[in-house]
Amino acid sequence: MPAFILRRIGVMLLTALALTFIVFSLTNLEPNLRKLAKSEGSVRMEEPEVQSWLEENGFKSSMLRRYGEWLGVMPGWTREVDGAMRGRCIAPGSDPATASSFCGVLQGKWGRSTVFKKPVTEILGRSLGHTGWLMLWVMIVMVPSSLLLGVLSGMREGSRTDRVLSTFAIASTATPEYVSGVIFIALLASATAGISPMLAEAGWIEGRTLFQGTATSAMDDITFWNFGLPVMTIALYGIGYIARMTRASMTEVMTQQYIRTARLKGVSASPTW
Amino acid sequence: MQVIARFLPVWIALVVTFVLSFRFRRKLGLYGKLMESPVGLIGLTIVLFWVFTALFADFIITFDPLAQLSGMKNIAPGSPLANPTESAYPYYLFGGDHLARDVFSRVVMGARRVLQIAPAATVFAFMVGITLGLPAGYFGGKLDTFLSFLANLVLAFPVILLFYLLVTPEIVETGLPMYFAAVLFIFPIVFFSILFNSRYKTNPARRNLYVGITLVLGFWAYSGLAFNRDPTGLFSMDPNLLNVFVSVVFVNSPGVFRIVRGLVMDIKARDYVAAGQTRGESPWYIMLWEILPNARGPLIVDFCLRIGYTTILLGTLGFFGLGVSPESPDWGSTIDDGRRLLSVYLHPAVVPALALMSLVLGLNLLADGLREESLRD
Repeated sequence: MPAFILRRIGVMLLTALALTFIVFSLTNLEPNLRKLAKSEGSVRMEEPEVQSWLEENGFKSSMLRRYGEWLGVMPGWTREVDGAMRGRCIAPGSDPATASSFCGVLQGKWGRSTVFKKPVTEILGRSLGHTGWLMLWVMIVMVPSSLLLGVLSGMREGSRTDRVLSTFAIASTATPEYVSGVIFIALLASATAGISPMLAEAGWIEGRTLFQGTATSAMDDITFWNFGLPVMTIALYGIGYIARMTRASMTEVMTQQYIRTARLKGVSASPTW
Repeated sequence: MQVIARFLPVWIALVVTFVLSFRFRRKLGLYGKLMESPVGLIGLTIVLFWVFTALFADFIITFDPLAQLSGMKNIAPGSPLANPTESAYPYYLFGGDHLARDVFSRVVMGARRVLQIAPAATVFAFMVGITLGLPAGYFGGKLDTFLSFLANLVLAFPVILLFYLLVTPEIVETGLPMYFAAVLFIFPIVFFSILFNSRYKTNPARRNLYVGITLVLGFWAYSGLAFNRDPTGLFSMDPNLLNVFVSVVFVNSPGVFRIVRGLVMDIKARDYVAAGQTRGESPWYIMLWEILPNARGPLIVDFCLRIGYTTILLGTLGFFGLGVSPESPDWGSTIDDGRRLLSVYLHPAVVPALALMSLVLGLNLLADGLREESLRD
């Protein structure tokens, strides 16, 4: 068993290495680098200026070498420009002598995003936090409801409940998130259509809509009002899938001997599961 | 009501198809048996509805899907034209979008776009998956390890990220999609060549005829589709479309590969395969003419499901603005266009959303029906 786990971990690391290399090389293709040079330098740069900008910023070495630098297994590039030392690991304004020679992902130096003008770690951490909250709530909604659906429809295969629930499960797997999102907004978060105007008229909800159409405010404070729709949208796609799997194993279990024995002993259908 | 009337050619075609299918259902094998399963029948009806809509799109649309009429911006469904003319259809049946185009015509034309790309891409993915999956499952060993690693690599890739990397103008500039296409489009030719070669090896005259036809037709289409250098100009593909197409095939084929590999590993142990081996048949003959026909049930079901996923994928691409072209009426881009004004004007986004949902639902139900019917015997 430990050998098996070790081998799988090895394959996993190899996959991660290959994947990062592919993504790295795709983003570091020549036309992409020219675009970067133009957005970092100036839009009106001519071809020779673009080339010299790339040269000065260390984008001219080979792809493998740059990947090694990014990973942190090769020393970062250094070069003298206008009498000052510049390099991958030398932050602008700091003393070149104190800079370490390796700086890559393995050393925890993830670099700086040129789009957001912030360190990559900070952006990733922030997004990871938001995604984590979203996934937590999705799981809280998705797992119990899909298990319930699957068990209910799997208990009596072919019954009317089963047919209805199975159709619902198929329909929800057939609806991609961007479609169900649109439909949910139309039904629940529009001030002109769906059920929100009716509810508002009846005075059952404060404000004009049942849910909020955008989740931007959920970044600071999660409420049912602003977070309900995103959670519902993501959970719906998974509910159908998990419910179908649960149903399949449930129907299998229901045919087994011990269920029949329990039934014969007079146990009603519900507590057996 | 007028919407239903506009779909008249579709209704006629549907009725004709079903009457004929019912009449001859005993002779039609699996398809005939589908007529007896309610779930499959509903699925088939929805799918056929969209197929016929795509076929007769030219007769159904009321306006040019790109035409912008003044005074019709974001107008509600069923509104009459602002400045009616003699020749024009008097209503915007499903309203207008933010550029004053007719939503109804765009959705109908979108069906044609989606049904052109999705099944074709799925067929190519199946060709790649089958051609690689058969030997991987049959021979096993190093080949299997290598191919499975590649397949897992592609499967481990987040699809959206891959598309963001592949479907950009910069990548088109490097010619990378063309190399991808060159690799992926060769598989159908390889597949059919080996197919005929292994079958008619003992009959060189017919073998040469069939393989020859395959190679000539194949490379003719190949030169046009992959390199856009068809001398007659019959086969050609817009570079943007090629890029989308190749990416979709690339993402889908590992899935097919794994299914085929699993099926082959299961069927390999059967008696008829051993009989073939004892007769001295070549491995490719056994794979293509003994194993593949016996694996067709699950493959047909997966084919239906996979067209659905491909449709979703194409929609996702369009939704992220990576579609074929910004003007294109395909459903994903239309939903994305309509999304921006969603809280005020619903119809430009909801109509294509419902269309996409119903097509995928139909394909799923059809797959379910097929599975039920093929399990029965």
